[in-house]
Amino acid sequence: MRAQFVLKEIGIGLRRNLTMTIAVIVSVALSLTLFGAALLVNAQTGAMKDYWYDRVEVSVFLCNKSDLKKDGCVNGEITNADRQAIEAELKGMSEVQTLFYESRQEAFQHFKEQNKDSALSETLTPDQLPESFRVKLKDPTKFDIISSRFNGRAGVQSVQDQKKLLQPFFNLLRSAKYAAFGIMAFMLVVAILLIVNTARVSAFSRRRETGIMRLVGASNFYIQGPFILESAVAGFIGASVASGLLSAGYYFGFKKGLVDSVQVLQSQLIGFDKVIEVLPFIFLLGVGMSAIASFFTLRKYLKV
Amino acid sequence: MARCDATVIRFDNVTKTYAKQPRPALQDVSLEVEKGEFVFLVGSSGSGKSTFLRLILKEERPSTGNIFVAGKDLGRLSNWKVPALRRQMGTVFQDFRLLPNKTVRENVAFALEVIGKPQGTIRKVVPEVLDLVGLAGKEDRMPGELSGGEQQRVAIARAFVNRPMILIADEPTGNLDPQNSVGIMKLLDRINRTGTTIVMATHDQAIVDQMRKRVIELEQGHLVRDQSRGVYGYQH
Repeated sequence: MRAQFVLKEIGIGLRRNLTMTIAVIVSVALSLTLFGAALLVNAQTGAMKDYWYDRVEVSVFLCNKSDLKKDGCVNGEITNADRQAIEAELKGMSEVQTLFYESRQEAFQHFKEQNKDSALSETLTPDQLPESFRVKLKDPTKFDIISSRFNGRAGVQSVQDQKKLLQPFFNLLRSAKYAAFGIMAFMLVVAILLIVNTARVSAFSRRRETGIMRLVGASNFYIQGPFILESAVAGFIGASVASGLLSAGYYFGFKKGLVDSVQVLQSQLIGFDKVIEVLPFIFLLGVGMSAIASFFTLRKYLKV
Repeated sequence: MARCDATVIRFDNVTKTYAKQPRPALQDVSLEVEKGEFVFLVGSSGSGKSTFLRLILKEERPSTGNIFVAGKDLGRLSNWKVPALRRQMGTVFQDFRLLPNKTVRENVAFALEVIGKPQGTIRKVVPEVLDLVGLAGKEDRMPGELSGGEQQRVAIARAFVNRPMILIADEPTGNLDPQNSVGIMKLLDRINRTGTTIVMATHDQAIVDQMRKRVIELEQGHLVRDQSRGVYGYQH
């Protein structure tokens, strides 16, 4: 196909349907922006999970004098034998990556550091805090193994998984991702309907040309090519706009607002490289969706 | 495949029934057209002339029967080979069907551009064919600036520029005055003499009577007359 001829036809077509083309570009851009945002939220969730799951521990709290009412503490304070047995068993488990013991005194120190201004830290004594084993698992999702094995055991007051504390936050991120995907799906339907309609109008406004092309024996490639490329160009422009919006959104909203100002978060937030990783998918979806939608529309309208 | 190279169009017991119409548009039509023939297709409106032409172009497929064009069995021709078939045919209509926003030269060149002919070939053959149809010097006019006869010459130039084996003309003089019609017929006759087969549907009695070519008459879908060196008809 001669490039000059095709480019000329595409230019004419896009200009003739300028308003429709703009509608297509805007709807494609919006749906692709949401698509990219959903992918980025997903990447962000992954990054935070990696960060936090590396740090969360399972704590096996041991019985204290004052814990008489709890299941495993009917015999009062944990005995040395029980403590040694639990430690040996935890050490022997293949799921356990690291293990350390926190005494009452250490727990008291940590509590005081974390609650300096609280009146409670003045009255609290080390005796009132439980000693504990802090366990880091190779696979942080396998909390159940520890809890089912040690909950209710003699000398064990409770088993606590820190991951549970993070769960609401990850649930929120997951909801955000699904919301973005959901809105994207609706926008995508709008975009496809607009593409289909634009291709139809375009085919109608050039029916004279296409009629002659069919009569003189132009191949389908020649007849449909300009229309499909026209849609693909609109899709490409839409994808470019979406890329711009995502990059700008990342830079001004995410980077300036979070990454640069909240130093602590820096290592858990995704970098611009993630945005760049998402862009090829946006272009692929934008161009592919437009071209395929117009191909199927035209197949009906420009049959041989 | 066609048995004889000299046969360019062959209908074998062709019947065409359109959906929702009780009477077939064509009924059991069999005929052959040889290479280089000039054939008039006559008959009143609704007699099946247009269906006949559309079947040759494979714009429609027959309900029953077989059609061979340029050695190809149209029933076995897959859709993607239809363009190649149509490149061996030129088509001219009553309403010219020119592109109003293109010049005479561009209209003719368009037919070659869209089948991927190189620019060099186009620059060479377009002036030749415009010269042949008598439009030398009017290459840069727009169709709207031309008379009906001249517009039909552009359409013929476009149909003939790729040197087709068959030229199909659907009432090419239907919108023209007698004087212009004669000019167009002279042109078609000249093209016929280059070896191009011409099938022309027409209502123009004077032209048919004057040319004395083969006449095929259709009536309500039936082939009622096939006469070499015929006239338009007796009862009209």
